[in-house]
Parts: sequence; C-alpha cells; structure tokens
Amino acid sequence: MSDPPVLEVEKICVSFSGRKILDEVSFEIREGEFTGLIGSNGVGKTTLLRTILGMQRPDAGVIRVLASPLSPRSRSLGYVPQKIAIDTDIPMRARDFVALGLDAHRYGFARRTAHQHQLVEEMLHDVDAERFANHRVGSLSGGEQQRVFIAHALISQPRLLLLDEPLANLDPKSVQEIVALLHRVARDHRVAILLSAHEMNALLPVMDRIVYVTDGRAASGTTDEVVRSEVLSKLYGHHVDVLKLHGRVLVVAEPGQDNEDIPQHPTFTVS
Amino acid sequence: MNAVRVFFEPGFFASGPVHVALVIGAVTAIVSAVVGVFTVVRGQSFAGHALTDVATTGGSGAFFFGISPLVGFIGSGVIGAGAMDLIGVQRVRSRDMATGIVLGSATGLAALFLYLDATKSATTGATQQILFGSIFTIDPSTIPLVVILSALTLAVIGLIYRPLLISSFSAELTRARGINLRGVGLLFMIAMAVSVGLSSIAVGSILSTALLIGPAATSVRLTSSIRAAMVLACALGVVAAWLGVLFAYDSFYWIPSSQGLPVSFFIVSLIFVFYLVSGLSIVRRGVDWLTRNNLPIGSTPALTSKAEL
Repeated sequence: MSDPPVLEVEKICVSFSGRKILDEVSFEIREGEFTGLIGSNGVGKTTLLRTILGMQRPDAGVIRVLASPLSPRSRSLGYVPQKIAIDTDIPMRARDFVALGLDAHRYGFARRTAHQHQLVEEMLHDVDAERFANHRVGSLSGGEQQRVFIAHALISQPRLLLLDEPLANLDPKSVQEIVALLHRVARDHRVAILLSAHEMNALLPVMDRIVYVTDGRAASGTTDEVVRSEVLSKLYGHHVDVLKLHGRVLVVAEPGQDNEDIPQHPTFTVS
Repeated sequence: MNAVRVFFEPGFFASGPVHVALVIGAVTAIVSAVVGVFTVVRGQSFAGHALTDVATTGGSGAFFFGISPLVGFIGSGVIGAGAMDLIGVQRVRSRDMATGIVLGSATGLAALFLYLDATKSATTGATQQILFGSIFTIDPSTIPLVVILSALTLAVIGLIYRPLLISSFSAELTRARGINLRGVGLLFMIAMAVSVGLSSIAVGSILSTALLIGPAATSVRLTSSIRAAMVLACALGVVAAWLGVLFAYDSFYWIPSSQGLPVSFFIVSLIFVFYLVSGLSIVRRGVDWLTRNNLPIGSTPALTSKAEL
C-alpha cells in the first residue's frame, strides 16, 4: 500500500445558486479498485464526477489524481458521460470513434501512425467490439454503443475510468455483460473504475468499494461494510433487508414503498 | 466534333465569364461541401440557413452603399455568427431561439435594404442578383480573394477538425478533454458564415443553403466516414456547379431569343436530384455492395431530435 491512491477526494463542497449539492464529500480510490457511486437520481452523482474531471469548480476541498492536484486536461482520467449522441445518419464507424479517443483534443493535421492503428485494433478486441467495428455507431444497440464508448475512454490508457450511469437504459443481459467487461478491462488494463448507478444489485459481484451519496453527504466503505441492513436502511431512509441465502446476497426493500430506486424485488442475485 | 456540340454550345470553352464561373463555382462548392458535412453532423442546418438570411442583409446593404457584395455577404455573416453565439446558439436549449432571433431581425433589415436598392437603381436586377446570384457577371479580379478566403476557411476546419468532431457528439466529453468548447463552436460558426458568403456570390444568398446542405446531406447517406463524406460532397458540389454553368450557358440556345435561364436554378436542381437518388434503397445497396460500408439500409431510422439531448 505504498502507492498513492489513484484518486483522493477531500472535503469537496459544491453548491448551485446557494443550494448545497455536495457537502464535505471525502473518499479515495486505490489502484485497480472497482468503486460504485450509488445514490438516487438528482443527489449529485454527476456533479461529483464533473468536479473530479475538473469541469465543475468546487467551493471548497481538494481533489488529487495520483497525488498531484488536478489539471483540467489530466490524461490520467477516462470518462464515459451519460449521453453521447451519434445518430444513425452520421457516418461515424465504431472503429473511428474509438480512434478519436487517442487524439480528439489535438488541433491540426496529423496522420495516425501504424502503432495507433494497432492500439485501436487491440482496444476493439478487448471490449469485444470487432464484430461491429465497421458499423456506424448510431446503428448499434445500447450495449454495443457502451462498449465503443468504454473503448474510446480507455484507449488513452487512463489510470481511472469514470462512468456516469452506463447501465441506465440497458436490458438486464447487457447490464451483466457490461459489468463483466468493466471488471475484466479494469484488471487487464490496471485501471481503477468509478461508476455511478442508482441501483447496486448488478454491481455487487464486482464492486470492491461503495461510495454512497444521499442529501449531499457521502460515505464510503468496502462492499461488505456497506451492504448491511442497518447501513442501507439509513441510506435509503427506510427499511431495507440484506439477505444471505445459500451463499448469495440479495438486497430487498420492504414492499409497497413508492420509490423506484429501491429494489422492490430481488431482480438480481449474487453469489 | 458533332458529339461534343450536342453538349457544349459554341463558345463555351472560349468564354471568359464561363471560365470565371467554373472557377468560382468549383471553389465555393468545395468550401460549402466541407463546411456542410460538419453542419449536417452537428445538426446546425437551421443556423446555416439563418446565416444565408444574414448574408442577404449584408449583400443588399453592400449594394446600397456601393461596396463589394462579397464583403457585404461575408461581413454580415460573421457579425450574425457572433450574435448567435452571444445569444446562446451553442446551448442546446437556446439554439433554435438564438437562430430565430438573428434570422428574423436580419431579414427585416434585408427588406429595408432591398427596397432601398430597388428605388435607388430603379431595376429589379439587384434583388435577383443578391438573392439568386449571377455567376456570369462576376468580375475576374474577385477570384484571388475568393480563393484566399476559401483556403483560410478550409485551413480553420482542418485545424479544429478533431475537437470539432468530438464536440458534435458530446459537450461533456469535449469539456472533459480540456477543449474550449465554445471557442471551437464559434470558429466553426465563423467558417460557416464565410462559406455561406462565398457561395452567395455563386448561387445567391438565399440558395447558398442548398450548396451547404445538399451535397453534404447526400454524401453522409452513402459513406462510412466523415472524411469520405467530405470527398464525395466536394465531388457532388463541383459536378452540380459545373453542369449548372453548362446548362445555363446552353439554355441561351434552347429557346429562341431568350436570355438564358438562371445558373442557380440548375445547380440547386441537380443537388436536389442527387439527394433524391441517394435516398433510393437500390442506390444505397449498390454503394454498400461496392464499398462494403455497412450502410444502414431498409427502414429509415427515426432521427433523434438534438433538442431532446
């Protein structure tokens, strides 16, 4: 543990027009860790990610990436935002969008080198996107597009990959595939992952650490520390059961609660 | 020789105005095509059209004050682009509003200038020339300026090519890269204004929309990369411009004692025909088979409205 943390977030405060969005949020992420940023819609998950990326100035607090203060164009961070709009009528192949991850910020003319083309091929292979590499991004399914966006973010070899709700609007099968893919690339590329989601069940098998945000405050812990009935009940504001059944973990809310962010049924179980 | 005569009426290749028209037509078609592909990819066709209305104001104003119409077309376009940026053309929510406000006020001014032009010169020539162009009456001394401005515009697009491309898909991704999103967007709007101004002297300010959007919209249907779309759009634009010049020249001989028909009518009609043909699924299948582009064919996908994003 002599390496510095990949990311240190220290007492970050952000407010919009007088309203506090984030209030003294602190946590850290160590190399290769898979961290889930969990909280309901509108609690400030996106704001926190944008602050880490340097797109939102905090009112107070410090963010360090690999022990050095953040610069806005830090190359150590990869990012998959919530929405990337590429219509079917845009002639942009999956392969070209991945390649754009190498040099989208560069001005002027430059031909890509043979080495860069090789990197694109390897990246397409790593996210299992070779099959549709020559198809237009806009014509791909949600899960296929997510693979392309992840490859776009990973190709510049960041040490930390931030993903904003990448599992929203995916069918359950694609959710499982993307989670497994992220788990694999995180290990192979030695990249830490910070992924925001309002639902944690799908992430339970791979998550090392949870940062949960509620009412502007955040707390973090290992998955074992957080996925406990009393902690989750406090987080969601009412009773949540964590069941351990034949070696599997299920997070179940009390039925009849009018809150879509709480899993009403054990839709996903974990070994 | 007779075979050539069928297509080219006498004197076509020897005519000075024809030479000027071919050069101006090709150069402006190329700039419009390159800028047009980005206009289509960025979903800024409405902004592009608004700039043509702003160019009308500049062209009619320049005529009234007796300065070069090219200066009027481009100057007003650049001012219009700046105004649209200030009002908020780069923010999705206020994009159409900014465009509409600038378009409306510019067109009002154009109404004033066109009225003044008509009373000043007592002919309708000015209105026709500004709105619909008159490529055969361009002074050859304009060519160097047109070529220089075109080269500059293409250089700017080349310089901001990749930041501009990524910003077309996600503002968040662009900002996270440390790219100056607004600066890149404003440079593109200025390039679009210059491009519209240049094509205004060829096909007229109102019809420059067609040269900007038509070849680009056709080529994005048939290609698999932005670069390929630009090359095809340039080719389509130049072919339309040259054939338009040829048909307009020939039309002097089609109807006895006629004045000939307007070049811009032919250019724009050809562009429209190209667009229609590219929509035929047999054409798309053929292109797809030839290039293995994996073009989306069959059911036309619902276009996601940029306003929703």
